[in-house]
Amino acid sequence: MAAFHFELVSPEKLLFSGDVESVVAPGAEGQFTVLKDHAPVMTTLKAGVVTIDGGDGKVEKLFVRGGFADVNAAGFTILAELALALADIDAAKVDADIKNAREDLADAKSDETRGAAAEKLAQLEEMRASIGA
Amino acid sequence: MPSLKDLRNRISSVKATQKITKAMQMVAAAKLRRAQMAAEAARPYAERMESVLANLASGVSTGGPQLLAGNGRDDVHLLVVATAERGLCGAFNSSIVRLTREHVNRLQGQGKTVKILCVGKKGYDQLRRQYEKEIVELIELRGLKTIGFENADEIGKKIIAMFEAGEFDVATLFFSRFKSVIAQLPTAQQLIPAQIAANENAPAVEGPQTSYEYEPGQDEILSELLPRNISIQVFRALLENAASEQGARMSAMDNATRNAGDMIKKQTTLYNRSRQAIITKELIEIISGAEAL
Repeated sequence: MAAFHFELVSPEKLLFSGDVESVVAPGAEGQFTVLKDHAPVMTTLKAGVVTIDGGDGKVEKLFVRGGFADVNAAGFTILAELALALADIDAAKVDADIKNAREDLADAKSDETRGAAAEKLAQLEEMRASIGA
Repeated sequence: MPSLKDLRNRISSVKATQKITKAMQMVAAAKLRRAQMAAEAARPYAERMESVLANLASGVSTGGPQLLAGNGRDDVHLLVVATAERGLCGAFNSSIVRLTREHVNRLQGQGKTVKILCVGKKGYDQLRRQYEKEIVELIELRGLKTIGFENADEIGKKIIAMFEAGEFDVATLFFSRFKSVIAQLPTAQQLIPAQIAANENAPAVEGPQTSYEYEPGQDEILSELLPRNISIQVFRALLENAASEQGARMSAMDNATRNAGDMIKKQTTLYNRSRQAIITKELIEIISGAEAL
């Protein structure tokens, strides 16, 4: 299989840059896989896991929250608001955050804060699910 | 004529000061390296963002979201002034404030309304004297070890909320661009309406650019991308500022250390001379006393 160039960048740093065979990304309207010579697409991402297949049996998984995916002839670029390697996520901390988020949701008074809290909770739960038990 | 004791005290106090400035210089040097690395790490994202935005904006016909095209007015200007939280860094804060002041005076001369949003205490302290009424808010980043994207995002969201509430028409960001340890360039950058550089150097995408498929839609993406772009610009400015501040402090403290060294040398010479003079005087007194007998 042919390789193409893939980059994953967060505001703080460049997390991945190199040639890969396939990338699975959590698009706002469903997961999608990008292979070489994919048609140019630009889409927003939701919270989820990006799976990078380097081709030589090396598979990397990273959690991203919010961002954009830009597929063009030059390659595939993800601009993520937050990106973490799955191995770096602390399950206990995420659990604590989820608990906090649930409380925030219960305490929310206006529709606006409730919406924001619900969104945050959904993102955290996605993160929790991505690292398994 | 100061006494010997006075001179000794003076020398030891200058020595103590020199130790402090020396330590500050070394701390600034270490922090500078870290700040520079952070600024460099943030560059790829900002660059990609710019090229994506340029791609998108070129496809949008006239109009588009207000963040991109502006709201058509030009009466109320918001100046976001990013400075340091601490002093003792040479002309770093003053030069940003000076640039701001020039802008304020020019805009007020044209009869526009000016609002100032201060990020960083030092700029606020300096601007408050003259523009008390214009300052709408002060955001302090004190106590933060490193500037994270969340901090910048908060400021960005605040700016956007103000824009959507119709509190201003044009936003400009003031910060200091880091060129080198000895050169920092105070810069004004327009945030709203977004200025998208038609960058010819951007990696040229082959084939027709309009063949992009947008999911969910071009406008939705653009309306999500523009606010994020503002946060990114603020983030970048804060990082550049952090590096500039440390650079400015480093060279200011280097100067101060050298100055203290000169002063110690001068004072020591003076101290030795007056000690000699006192000995000579005592000798003369003894000898002339002996001769008188």
